[in-house]
Amino acid sequence: MRELRSAFPKTIPVLFGYIFLGITYGLLMVTSGLPVYLPILTAMIIYTGSMEFLLVDILLSSFNPASALVTALMVGARHIFYGLSMLSKYRGTGKAKFYLIYTTSDETFALNYDAVIPEGCDRTKYYFFVSFLDQLYWICGAAIGALAGSFITVNTEGLDFVMTAMFVCIFLNQWVKDSDEAKKSGLSFLHAHAPEIIGVAGSLVCLLIFGPDHFIIPSMIVILLILTLARKTLERPGSKEEMAEPTAGDAGKESVK
Amino acid sequence: MIMTTSQMWITIAVVAAGTVFTRFLPYIAFPEGRKIPPFVQYLGKVLGPAVFGLLVVYCLRNSDLLAPRFGIPEIAGVGVTGAVFVTTKQMMIAMAAGTAVYMILVQAVF
Repeated sequence: MRELRSAFPKTIPVLFGYIFLGITYGLLMVTSGLPVYLPILTAMIIYTGSMEFLLVDILLSSFNPASALVTALMVGARHIFYGLSMLSKYRGTGKAKFYLIYTTSDETFALNYDAVIPEGCDRTKYYFFVSFLDQLYWICGAAIGALAGSFITVNTEGLDFVMTAMFVCIFLNQWVKDSDEAKKSGLSFLHAHAPEIIGVAGSLVCLLIFGPDHFIIPSMIVILLILTLARKTLERPGSKEEMAEPTAGDAGKESVK
Repeated sequence: MIMTTSQMWITIAVVAAGTVFTRFLPYIAFPEGRKIPPFVQYLGKVLGPAVFGLLVVYCLRNSDLLAPRFGIPEIAGVGVTGAVFVTTKQMMIAMAAGTAVYMILVQAVF
C-alpha cells in the first residue's frame, strides 16, 4: 500500500482539524438534545462541516424542507468550483470516481488538488486514500464528540486554527509554484499570481460588504466574473498544453486510461 | 424538539441531497469521454488558486479585529505559518508552529 503510506502524512493536519471539529460537532448535537447516532450518521452522509453545524439549528426549528434545501445548495455552492478544478484530475479514475466526488470536502479538495503523486503510485488509489482517511477522521471525531465529548477537559481552544494554517500553506505552495512557472516563462508578477490575488481580494471585499455569514456566494460570483473577463489576458498561449504537462503526479495518467 | 422523527429524517435527506447535488453537478455537466470546453478548462486551471485564497479568507472570517485582540492571534498565526513554510517548505512544521502560536495567544494572552 505505497499509496496509503504516501497519502497518510499529507492528511495529518486534517486528522487534527477534523477530530477536533468533529468532537465539537458531535458534542453540540448531543447537548442540543438530538440522538447520539445522528452526528455520526450525518457526518457520514452529508460530510460538510459547515452545513452540519447549520443542520443543528435547522433540526431544532420548525419543519421547513424547502428552506433547508436552499441552505444546503447555498452552503454547498463552493463544491461546484472544486468540481470544475478537479474535472481533469478525477478523469479516468473509474469505479472510485463516485466516491471521490461524494467525499470532496474543502480539505480533501485542497489536498488532492495540491497533490504531487509520488512516482510509482497509482493516482486513483492515492486520491482515494486521502478522501477516505479524511472522511474517517471526521466520522471518528463526530462519534467521539457524541459519545464522550463531555469528558474532554483539556483546553483545546484555538486548535481549529490548524485548518486555517493548512489552507495558508496550500495557498503559499500554489503561490511558489506560480512564481517558478513565471520565472520559466517570463511572466510578470501580477500576471502569474492573478488568480490568487483575485481570490483573496474578491473575498475580502465581499466579506467587508456582506459580512462573515453571507459572503461566500457573492465572492464566488465576483471571482468567476473577474476570471471570465480576464480570460484573454490570463490564458496564455500554450496554457492548454501546460494543463496536461506531465508533472511527476500526472505521469501515469495516460496509462491509467 | 419541534419536529417529528419523520420530519427530521426528511430534513436530513433533503440537506444531504442538496449537498451531493453541488458536488456532482460539474461532473454531470462534463461527463467522462466528453471533451471539456476550453473555457471550462481555463476555469479549472485558474479557479483552484483563487479558491485557495477564498478558503483562507473564509477561515479567518470571524477574526476579531477590535479590542482587545485586534486580530493579533490570527495575524501572528498566519504570519508564523507562512514564514516557517516559506523558509522550510515543511507543511507540517509550519502548521504546528502557527497553530501553537495561535493557541498560546488565545489561551494565555488574550
